[in-house]
Amino acid sequence: MSPQPVPATPKPPATKSPANNPPTTKPANPGGAAAKPKLAVWKFASCDGCQLSILNCEDELLALAGAVDIAYFPEATRGMVAGPYDLSLVEGSVTTPVDAERIRRIRAESSTLVTIGACATAGGIQALRNFADVDEFRSVVYAHPGYVSALDRSTGIATHVHVDFELRGCPIDKGQLLEVFAAFVQGRPPRVPAHSVCMECKLRGNVCVMVASGTPCMGPVTQAGCGALCPSYNRGCYACFGPKETANTASLADQLIRLGLGDRDVMRMFRTFNAAAEDFRQQSVAHDEGGRR
Amino acid sequence: MTHKLTGDQLLTTDPLARVEGEGAMTVRVRGGSVTDVELRIFEPPRFFEAFLRGRAYTEPPDITARICGICPVAYQMSSCLAIEQVCGVRVDGPLRDLRRLLYCGEWIESHALHIYLLHAPDFLGFDGVVDMAPHAPEAVERGLRLKRVGNEVMTLVGGRSIHPVNVKVGGFYRVPTRAELRTLREPLLHAREDALETVRWVSGFDFPDFEQHQEYLALRSPDSYAIEGGSFVSSSGIAFESADFDLHVREEHVARSNALHARLHGVGSYVVGPMARYTINHDVLSPLALEAAAAAGLGATCRNPFRSIIVRAVELVYACDEALRIVAGWEPPSQPAVEVTPRAGVGTGATEAPRGVIWHRYRLAGDGTIRDARIVPPTSQNQASIEEDMRSFVQDRLDLPTDELTRQCEQAIRNYDPCISCATHFLHLHVERA
Ligand code: SF4
Ligand code: SF4
Repeated sequence: MSPQPVPATPKPPATKSPANNPPTTKPANPGGAAAKPKLAVWKFASCDGCQLSILNCEDELLALAGAVDIAYFPEATRGMVAGPYDLSLVEGSVTTPVDAERIRRIRAESSTLVTIGACATAGGIQALRNFADVDEFRSVVYAHPGYVSALDRSTGIATHVHVDFELRGCPIDKGQLLEVFAAFVQGRPPRVPAHSVCMECKLRGNVCVMVASGTPCMGPVTQAGCGALCPSYNRGCYACFGPKETANTASLADQLIRLGLGDRDVMRMFRTFNAAAEDFRQQSVAHDEGGRR
Repeated sequence: MTHKLTGDQLLTTDPLARVEGEGAMTVRVRGGSVTDVELRIFEPPRFFEAFLRGRAYTEPPDITARICGICPVAYQMSSCLAIEQVCGVRVDGPLRDLRRLLYCGEWIESHALHIYLLHAPDFLGFDGVVDMAPHAPEAVERGLRLKRVGNEVMTLVGGRSIHPVNVKVGGFYRVPTRAELRTLREPLLHAREDALETVRWVSGFDFPDFEQHQEYLALRSPDSYAIEGGSFVSSSGIAFESADFDLHVREEHVARSNALHARLHGVGSYVVGPMARYTINHDVLSPLALEAAAAAGLGATCRNPFRSIIVRAVELVYACDEALRIVAGWEPPSQPAVEVTPRAGVGTGATEAPRGVIWHRYRLAGDGTIRDARIVPPTSQNQASIEEDMRSFVQDRLDLPTDELTRQCEQAIRNYDPCISCATHFLHLHVERA
């Protein structure tokens, strides 16, 4: 499951408001001004880092606000405009029954739906529960477990609804986010490279950390996008952008073992921020002695 | 809609816009008196403390950063301190300075975000920064400039500003050269001017008459305003080390939410964050920050939570000052990190996130495998106080039209810069092992 530029498929406009969040305080396009595309930013289980990336576009933020109508973005504004929305950005993973319902309503209200980040795309770090017993987590942890509603799996948005484009990273890259906006406004698919971090690292002229110093690195199987940040800081990539398309995870696992890592280390390397992405899940399970499959 | 709250009514704000995460507040009014205030956390738990068990001692800086994208460095730093303590390692000298510099970047970014993008619009009657921009273009540009400099510091030192990749237990993967750090000097000098202007700007806002008398809790260091370490001190003089935090602070799982409320032994609810830090540590602020505070009318303490925005601005000045000091004196160490060899034991670490102290505790096995983990973020410490504040705040404003009261309540909650994600990513894990 890697980001495929899929052209936006217009959905019939929906009439229902999203669950929990009836954004009804303002009419759409007040004063009948020329319609700008309506942007909504939604949060599911996440750290808010990916939506913070939007606010981190300090140089572009006001221009962006001029190009689109920021209709629903509670992290940034109390103003809320009712749907339907032209572009919905979704951060976070689905971890509760209520959220599984909410994402369907958001999909029905959104012409184009783009997931931002590892949580929304692959379940995020909270998908580590997928390999454990959530009841144990909950009952040991909370004095009132009955109030803590949680599914036993954390899943990406595409498990629940059709997703038009998936932006990778934990967090996403600001440049790639701006490319998604530009592509959307120009009505074309986003241009996001499909090669590996390893390739980016070579393009950048770095010395390979794995070859030069035997540092374990996930670069060969990881989707590009960060500009090979970690190797540029003398550390191995830990795959925060998730698996690239047709990643040869088995061969990398063999190489990691040759570098002296144990099965548990290999298991942990595949089981972090994109643990539930299928290629990584399989490889972590293959190295998990006695773990839950 | 301008009906008033007179009889048995419910006022709800749902969800609270412009606080990170999702929460909602319910106020119950009966016969003209506020009987109950509930701040509800909607965000589902992510079970960090549960899945940290079984991970390697090297992993918490990367993993716990993902609790909060707005203060990842705070989680990274507290987890590093805790694990280094288990392993008997102290990180000092230039590596500690570099940690402080990275942390100053986070303070600058987070405070600029909160002051300009989240809180100032409340004071000036706007929904958010976008509709405020045409009316206060200079201020908005200044805020974005400040925020950008914070991000620049984090990006240079940490590799990126959200979930920096360069932090490890023992120090860093790579330390910057003198020439690299020197590139931060110019932007920081401008940022310091912008920060001083910020203090002047926010001190001219209208502040509701409102005082609270909560206990304040912050870290304190002998010779500087505590950020990347220190010992706990409270406003009534309770003092303890990080290792004893759980003897002094008890947490309750509030049934209605996914978060825990912390209580200080012998005191009850308490407040962490800028007001607490300023009250406890203002004597060790830099001369420039102290001068700015005095000019803004801040005395030896700050008891009006609405004026916390001024304290944040003063801390912005201080963070720029400190960052400049570290950049000017930077001599790269010969090694980017201290060697950390795992051993069995328990360690704790506490540092000052922009919104208040974050405490971590880890128990490691001899091979460095994490046996259990506890994390206490700022919002779970402040939540009980926020609710107490809201009770008296609403009581005095029951005559306001509902819309206006709702707006004012949101503003009052934002006084605490509550990172609701933090509060709920928090998970109280108590594994009893004989
Ligand atoms: S993908 Fe990473 S940065 Fe983005 S919301 Fe999830 S945890 Fe945060
Ligand atoms: S090198 Fe790997 S872990 Fe580091 S930022 Fe890039 S994708 Fe993420």
